[in-house]
Parts: sequence; C-alpha cells; structure tokens
Amino acid sequence: MSEFKQLSWQGLWKNNPALVQLLGLCPLLATTATLINGLGLGLATTLVLIGSNATVSLVRNLVPNEVRIPVFVMVIAGFVTIVQLLMNAFTFNLYQALGIFIPLIVTNCAIIGRAEAYASKNPVGYAAYDGLMMGLGFTLVLVVLGGVREALGYGTLFAGANLLLGDWATALKITLFDTDSPFLLAILPPGAFLGMGFLIALKNALDKRIERLAADPKPEKVVQRARVTAES
Amino acid sequence: MSFRLASSPHQHNRRTTSQVMGWVMLAAIPGILAQTIVFGWGTIVHLLLAVITAVATEAAFLELRKKDFERAIMDGSAVLTAILLAVSIPPFAPWWISVLGTFFAIAIVKQLYGGLGNNLFNPAMAAYVMLLVSFPVQMTGWLPAAGLTEYSHSLLDAIWMIFSGYSYDGYSLLQLRSDIDGVTMATALDTLKTDLSQGFTYTESLTRHNVFYAAGGWLWVNLAYLFGGLIMLKKGIIRWHIPAAMLLALAAFSGVMWLVDADRYASPLFHLCSGGIMLGAFFIATDPVSASTTAKGRLWFGAAIGMWIYLIRTFGGYPDAIAFAVIIMNMAVPLIDYYTRPRTYGHGVSKTRRPKG
Repeated sequence: MSEFKQLSWQGLWKNNPALVQLLGLCPLLATTATLINGLGLGLATTLVLIGSNATVSLVRNLVPNEVRIPVFVMVIAGFVTIVQLLMNAFTFNLYQALGIFIPLIVTNCAIIGRAEAYASKNPVGYAAYDGLMMGLGFTLVLVVLGGVREALGYGTLFAGANLLLGDWATALKITLFDTDSPFLLAILPPGAFLGMGFLIALKNALDKRIERLAADPKPEKVVQRARVTAES
Repeated sequence: MSFRLASSPHQHNRRTTSQVMGWVMLAAIPGILAQTIVFGWGTIVHLLLAVITAVATEAAFLELRKKDFERAIMDGSAVLTAILLAVSIPPFAPWWISVLGTFFAIAIVKQLYGGLGNNLFNPAMAAYVMLLVSFPVQMTGWLPAAGLTEYSHSLLDAIWMIFSGYSYDGYSLLQLRSDIDGVTMATALDTLKTDLSQGFTYTESLTRHNVFYAAGGWLWVNLAYLFGGLIMLKKGIIRWHIPAAMLLALAAFSGVMWLVDADRYASPLFHLCSGGIMLGAFFIATDPVSASTTAKGRLWFGAAIGMWIYLIRTFGGYPDAIAFAVIIMNMAVPLIDYYTRPRTYGHGVSKTRRPKG
C-alpha cells in the first residue's frame, strides 16, 4: 500500500481519532446535538489539523527536541485563532452555537497527538495529508453521531444548515417526524455517550465481520474414509 | 454407597430464580391494587403494556444472542422489571411511555450488559430515569386520588386516555387532573416543593391543599407496599438490611432537619408516607443483582440511598428521588462490596484474639 493510501485508511477507519484513539471526546460529545454543529466543529478541527501538521512538519528540523511541545502548542493555538476568527467573520451564528468548543480545539489531544506522532517525523506533504485524513475521520464521526442524535431528538436532519452554508441551505432541512415531546435523552449528554458507545460497537462488529470474511477461505474438503471391512 | 462431594452451603432452601421473582410479584399485588383503587385503571393498562413489551424484548434479544430464551423468560425477571417500571409511571401517561421505557430497561440496561445477573444498574430505575429526563411532561402527570378529582374516570377512560390522550368522555389529562375546586394538582411532594419555593411554610402548605394526608392516597399506596415488603421479609425473599437502613436514614435526615426548622423542612412522617418510598425500599433497592451483596455493605447501601433521597427531594430539582438515589448507589456497589468483604474464616483475625503458642 502506498503511503497516501495507508494514511487514508488509518485516518478514516483503522486508527480513527474518535472511534479508536478516543481522542477529542469532550468536543465530540458536547457539540453533536445536531448534524450541522458536528459538521462545523469537524471542519474547523480538520482545518487546524492540516495547518498544524504542515507547519510542524516544516519546522521539525529547526525545533530542538526539548522545547518541541510548547512550539507545537503555539502553532496549534495560532491556527485555532485563525479558524476562530474566520468562523466569527463568516459563520457567526454557528460560531455562537459552538461557543467555547472552538477555542477548545487547542486542547484536542488528536491534534497534538498527530503533530507529535506523525508530523514531527515526516515530510510536509505526507504530514498535511495525514492531517486531512485524520480530520475527515473525526468529522465523519461527528456528523454521524450528530445526525443520529438530531434525528432521534428533534426528528430533523440538517436543521440549521444555513448557519454553516448560507441562506440557501435552509431548504436542506429534512423533517423526519413531527413530535410535541422530543426525545430529550438523545440531545442531552447521556445520549451522546450512548450514541458514541453504539458507534464504537458498530465499528468493532464491522471489523470483526470483515476479518472473518477475509480470513475464511473455504476449508479444504476433508474426506473421512469409513472403514467398510472389518479388521481380520 | 455414594459419597457425593458438594461445596458449601450445605443447607439451603431450594429456591429458584423464578420462585423468588414470583414471590416478589405476589408481594407487589397489594401495592398495585391500592394504586389502582386510588389512581384509577391506568396502572393496570400500563402494567399489561410493559409486561408484553418486556417479554417480547427479552425473547428477541436472547434469540439474537443465541441463548435459550424460553428458559430465561420463565424466570420472570423481565416481567418483574416491567411491573416495577409500570407502577412508577403516572397512570395516564401515553402508551409509548411504558413501551419505550420497558424496551430501554430490558434491551439496553439489562441485555447489553449481559443479561440477568450482569446488569450494573437496576433496569426499571434506569429506564425510569431515562423517561423522566426525556419526557418530563408525561412523566409528572400524576392524578389526584380518586374522590378528590372533579371528573371521575373508569377503565374505558383509562384505556382511551393512554392510547389517544383524551378520556372516553373527551376530557384532557389537564381536566382530569383538576380537583373539586378546579385546581390542577400534582403529587404531595411536588405540591410541597412548589409551595416552599413560593415562600409558604411547610405547615401552611399542608393546610392549603387537600392533596395531603390520607385522602391524598399516597399513604395507602405506601402502606400497601409496606405490607407486601413485610411479607417478603417474613418469607426470606429479601433481607432486612437495605429497607431498614434506607428508611432509618431517611427518617434520621428528615428528622434532624425538621427539628432544626419545621417551617422549611417536611416531617419524617411526611417523607416516609409520600412518593414511592416503600416501593423503593422493599422492591427496588433490594434488587439482588444491582444491590450490595454483603451484610454490612447492604446497610451502607441502604443508608446512602436514604440520604440521597432526602437530599434530592429537599434540595434537588425533582420532587421524588428513589430512582436517582438507587442509580447513584448502584454505581458505588463495587466499592462498597470491596470494603465490606466479610472476613474469611482463619484469615485476618485481630491480633488480640490470636491464641499464643
């Protein structure tokens, strides 16, 4: 497998930051009340990941080993500030909806983890691509979890898409069912934990099934020969 | 001659799980009857709904897990969970409340943890908390006791109410909930909480509403459950430790606070006779799976539940707290069991008693 293919596979599935590494759970659980909130935070995290990974990779030979962590954190904080200001300028409502969790991207372990584990040891192209794939893997989980919770809790999908995409996106909202009594548990934190547990279980079950299918060639046909003549 | 080797205990009464569960259900009958008499037929309707859902869910999940579901259903644990949940639900809540709650109790709280004997939390109470948190409006719609309501309601009314949201005569839940003076009423605990927050004192609150005292019905329901609980104690289905510790702790906490300020804190008697306290003490906290298993541990477990009930009732956001208290203490059970392990014979004897020689 080429390096790029390997990186995609690792980021999106095998080493998914949310489902396998279980990093960045705090924003993951807190912001996924709706699909769009999840998507917004996922995209912001992805942007930060690409930027920080690329920069860390560029300076990896200049930074002494002893001070690398502070340097990485400053790089990450810089990119988070950029993303925060951009969101403040262009998607103000989403910025308000996500609140404290945008600045908190700085503390997302997935980002410093990638900087330390991959970007600081690899050339810039690979590092940026790794950031992209890890970010997309994270976003994917946020979107799925947000979608499930929104569908269960409010009975809608893509509600508030206009916060992220502009006014035309209001039409994207799909109403699955109307209810006077929303299933509050799905929207509240317990719903996030339950949903996350189910997603991880689903991934593990899929992995097991794939493994079994892959590792199960037709067993050799064994012929049992019956003894037909008595020993004499 | 056969010398069969058997490990201890050598003397025991051969009681199977299904017999224990059966006794608990029998002992719950007085309470269920009292609840039906006081609050109408809704309880029975929810009971049936919950039992059907529980059995179906249990069978489906055991089939999925490739277990012998006929045997597991016969043990009655799923039915008991359904009963305990159904009697905790307001009698005129919509039908999907008990169906959803029972499904959650059996599928998620019980079977996903590995079935009977492996669940960390009391299934009925976890499901109750789930329902209460998710659907606060439906889960707090308790009726005033029969005889206090402006409109009477029959079995037909209960069925219509649960499945359509309106009684047979076309009254809404809000109308059914009004008392003879036309004031919508809640449970005694709820009314007291509202009154205290509005600046009334405890004694004023008692005289302002006729929801309190025997006519409120909760006293009779609690006495009936107490009766059932005593039967279980007599029969050795449950041990005395948890209920006694729980009731004593609740009485002690409420007693001290009541003596300190009788205007703001309800009397111990009020606490012991309202809400689901007897149901909780004898039927719910004594769940053999999720409760503590050592004698000393059970005392701690029960006492802590009593303390939580008092704290949440008095200072928390919800009027009653059995479910929250039980769930919180379920989480502490491994710790309690760890620290209250009985001494193994021959090990860890205190130094003073050790014979010299």
